[in-house]
Amino acid sequence: MEYTIRFLIGGVVVSAFALLGDLLRPKSFAGLFGAAPSVALATLSLTLLKEGGQYAALEGRSMIIGSAALAAYSFLVCQLLIRFRATALTATSVAVIAWFAVAFGLRYLLLDS
Amino acid sequence: MVVRFNWSAFKQSRWYEHAVRLGLGGLTTALTGAVAQRYDPATAGLFLAFPAIFCASATLIEKHERMRKEAKCLQGARRGQQAAALDAAGAGWGSIALGVFGACVWWLAPAFAAGSLCAAAISWLVVAVLVWVLRRRLRRVGSS
Repeated sequence: MEYTIRFLIGGVVVSAFALLGDLLRPKSFAGLFGAAPSVALATLSLTLLKEGGQYAALEGRSMIIGSAALAAYSFLVCQLLIRFRATALTATSVAVIAWFAVAFGLRYLLLDS
Repeated sequence: MVVRFNWSAFKQSRWYEHAVRLGLGGLTTALTGAVAQRYDPATAGLFLAFPAIFCASATLIEKHERMRKEAKCLQGARRGQQAAALDAAGAGWGSIALGVFGACVWWLAPAFAAGSLCAAAISWLVVAVLVWVLRRRLRRVGSS
């Protein structure tokens, strides 16, 4: 039941931000919504209700590392699209590997050392 | 340049495109909860900045831009890639604002549980707009 609620709330919030990104112009501004805290708002609301502030704070701290990984991911997607003329599907799929590498690399480097 | 709404973009998208994003967003949120339960909040927190729907969004942008050009009997493939790259660049700059969101939750959540999310969301919006303005100014300086 909990996962169904998470799925529904997350899906609706993420879709709302994505729709906003579709409708806004110029495109460079709309791109900011590609990094909107949609999953974070849905997840942290439920975490705060269930686990409390201390637990949410730990997730917030890791989110900073996740953001650094997202910056690396976006940079790589840009490079693959412009320099290597990859399709959007290929570029965004390949770059996910970089997101995992940077996110988990920094997580173990900064939080486990 | 003024930020505005382009309502015609709504007509371009199909119902299944929204359904895909709803599904991917929902899956990522559910996955984050599962990771938090199976592992720890430090690992789950990483997924709060996971590019959940970026693949779907960028593919749609590329497709819509290509179709718009091809409707005018022009080659649209390159233009589609450029539009998707512009969106990715925006997301890259936006990740600074996303980091600020996380920092606000980290600092404020232990003391002000619900207020921390509101403060984080407002901070995200302010920083995202400032970053966008800064980026435009930098590009203008670079081109002059």
